[in-house]
Amino acid sequence: MSKKHLIGPKLQDRLFKIFAVLCTGLGLLVLLILLIDIVLKGIDRINWSFFTNLPSRHPEESGIYTALAGMVSLLFFTLIIALPVGILSGIYLQEYGKRNKLAKFIEINISNLAGVPSVIYGILGLQLFVRTAGFGNSILAGALTLALLIMPVIIVSTREAVKAVPDSLREASFGLGATKWQTIRRVVLPVSLGGILTGIILSTSRAIGETAPLIVVGALAYVPFVPEGPMDQYTSLPIQIFSWTSRPQQGFIINAAAGIIVLLLFTFILNGTAIYLRNRWYKKTTI
Amino acid sequence: MARIGIKSEKVIEWVMILCSMVSILTTVGIIVVLLVDTLKFFKEVAFISFLTDTQWTPLFEDKHFGIMPLLSGTLLTTTIAILLAVPVGITIAVFLNEYAPKKFTAVIKPLLEILAAIPTVVYGFFALQFVTPLLQKLLPNLAGFNALSPGLVMGIMIIPYITSLSEDALRSVPKSLREAAYGLGANRFQTAFKVTVPAANSGIVVSVILAVSRALGETMIVAIAAGQQPKLTFNPLESVETITTYIVQVSMGDVPQDSLEYRTIFAAGITLFVFTFLLNNISFWIRKKYQQRYE
Amino acid sequence: MVQKDNNLTESIPYGLYKLRVKDLDLYYGAKQALKGISINIEPNTVTAFIGPSGCGKSTFLRCFNRMNDLIENVTIKGEVMVDDVDIYKNMIDVYEYRKKIGMVFQKPNPFPKSIFENVAFGLRINGESSKSVLQETVESALKQAALWDEVKDILNKSALTLSGGQQQRLCIARAIAVKPSVLLMDEPASSLDPISTAKIEELIYQLKNRFTIVIVTHNMQQAARISDKTAFFYIGELIEFDHTDKIFTNPSKDATQNYITGRFG
Repeated sequence: MSKKHLIGPKLQDRLFKIFAVLCTGLGLLVLLILLIDIVLKGIDRINWSFFTNLPSRHPEESGIYTALAGMVSLLFFTLIIALPVGILSGIYLQEYGKRNKLAKFIEINISNLAGVPSVIYGILGLQLFVRTAGFGNSILAGALTLALLIMPVIIVSTREAVKAVPDSLREASFGLGATKWQTIRRVVLPVSLGGILTGIILSTSRAIGETAPLIVVGALAYVPFVPEGPMDQYTSLPIQIFSWTSRPQQGFIINAAAGIIVLLLFTFILNGTAIYLRNRWYKKTTI
Repeated sequence: MARIGIKSEKVIEWVMILCSMVSILTTVGIIVVLLVDTLKFFKEVAFISFLTDTQWTPLFEDKHFGIMPLLSGTLLTTTIAILLAVPVGITIAVFLNEYAPKKFTAVIKPLLEILAAIPTVVYGFFALQFVTPLLQKLLPNLAGFNALSPGLVMGIMIIPYITSLSEDALRSVPKSLREAAYGLGANRFQTAFKVTVPAANSGIVVSVILAVSRALGETMIVAIAAGQQPKLTFNPLESVETITTYIVQVSMGDVPQDSLEYRTIFAAGITLFVFTFLLNNISFWIRKKYQQRYE
Repeated sequence: MVQKDNNLTESIPYGLYKLRVKDLDLYYGAKQALKGISINIEPNTVTAFIGPSGCGKSTFLRCFNRMNDLIENVTIKGEVMVDDVDIYKNMIDVYEYRKKIGMVFQKPNPFPKSIFENVAFGLRINGESSKSVLQETVESALKQAALWDEVKDILNKSALTLSGGQQQRLCIARAIAVKPSVLLMDEPASSLDPISTAKIEELIYQLKNRFTIVIVTHNMQQAARISDKTAFFYIGELIEFDHTDKIFTNPSKDATQNYITGRFG
């Protein structure tokens, strides 16, 4: 009952293995080429003036100072809005939410929100914060929009972190007469802190790389000033990069590459820290 | 001895409930915002022409409001991305799961995750400034803005989405099934593709659906490298515009609020939202339905 | 829900018993886990609950400090009186009540905090912050738990660095630091080595003077060694409750006899 294969099974196995190594290599190779190409294009432009200059029409004089300032302010406001709401939601859903239909509904809702394209959040922010609430093209509108965007990430990672706390610790706390909130504050949160922190860092990394929703809510491409308050206009690093990428002059292309190097540095440091924290926290709770 | 009263416990609980409501309000907000202006849009534009007109020129003198050009741009780039990412992604997942030693996997997986962490504006730059010129050497009639280049780059970006979820699905297939196959003399390839992959197919399908959803919603890569001219075409060598690029393009311009042109953002947006919403929920449904199998 | 018992054959003198249970039924959803349990436990005694696994002894133990409230879908009928107060009917503040009853669990579950903070936890949640009071109470509790000498120099070290037996004694210290009058112990030595087990058993014997102790155990020799009275449970029912010597030498019920001699369970 042996079927004649076109290619014998041994050969199949071998060929697949080669193909698989090629595929894996492809992904890594592209990553490598991307990094090398960008570094080659932009590394020469990285100097002190690049960081301290305001954008200008002349590429050699253009810098990312305002973009960095805008990014920091934006991030600050985004986090102070998103973190309390997201973390408290995550704690509530995991510790208080009963296995009822409402809790399930909220869960599916959050999963959906995580899958909504970021431009749609931009449209929401445009209509709700920029127009209806009248915040205009301000940092506040951008921060609110980004906060909604990263909230599902914070909620999910908070839930995961809290879920990982063993029930035996909660039992011990209740047995001693602690209330629910006391148990959460004194036992659950300290243990889950590492996981929550990881979620915060990952969502920060996501936030700094977002471009599309910010464009829709009016972050400008050319901002030759440093924003001073939440109602000011602003730009951010990815948007500055986007703007430079869209210009034909070679000088701006170099600037874009240099800006990307800075952006990637931030991203890698944040993500690396998150992974390191996750590993350390994981070891701590599994002793 | 002061003690936190039962009343303050209740207050804290209510604060937390309010925070949880934010997520529901967000969804409601998205749906309401999109619907309201879309309905206003359709008061002026016939629904049929929205679906069937082959031109999208809301910002020009001769206005056409057919969504097909934008849809074709979106679908074209997405298809290219998926054609690259799915075979490669699944192959890598099977390889890591069935063939590769644990140490290898432990190193490779995080490296691939980096692909997912890179901001998309960086990919857009790469597509425009490196991939397109490179491809033009091979395909001389490749336009400066085209669908192929961003499509391929999107594909690379999406690989970790497929690999990660597929690998989880493969890993959750019980060892006993594999052992049965090996016990009958099957080799790794046969075991993988005749036993493990079919057993994990719901998880793999979910990963593909979610990858498609991600590709449909991608903005910056296509905004930078695909072009800003809506064109109804399935030729990847030409420039196209996606729904997402259009939304960004209009937002950057000076379109007066409450005008028909402004409302095109919402009509385009809701189209995109409907697609991704459907895909996401189908994937949740599949995941739920098949989760009981091995748990 | 309180059921009135019209067939009261004994009139029980007020204040004689520490724990009194009358016709207790417990349901997990529709499934009945405890049937018509009645038992009276005197103060300052050690009572052992024995029986095959799944017979409901742990579930019953948890009724005394209302830990079953934490599980969904649990229904309880009957009376559970502690110091002559029905804790299911008359109790408003469960949290306050739980401080009067200490619980030690099967697997030691110290908090990932320092040794000192573990024992001080119960005091802190009561709002106690005075350093001297905390120090005094922690030391006293650790001494009562026969752990003080081993940890007095490392109070700031993480509790997780202690051995299993030490961790369990720490959990006992933690429980008695809030000065409960009843100690519920759910197979406290089952995850420990024989030497640690012996230490715990000795500890229980000493603690008897200050606390009323109820201990669930699947180890019959342990029950025989340390308890004054023993209750035998089988499939959710209390089969026999009597002085330990009688249970183990001359039980009245066949089922008890069979269990003791190892014919089942």
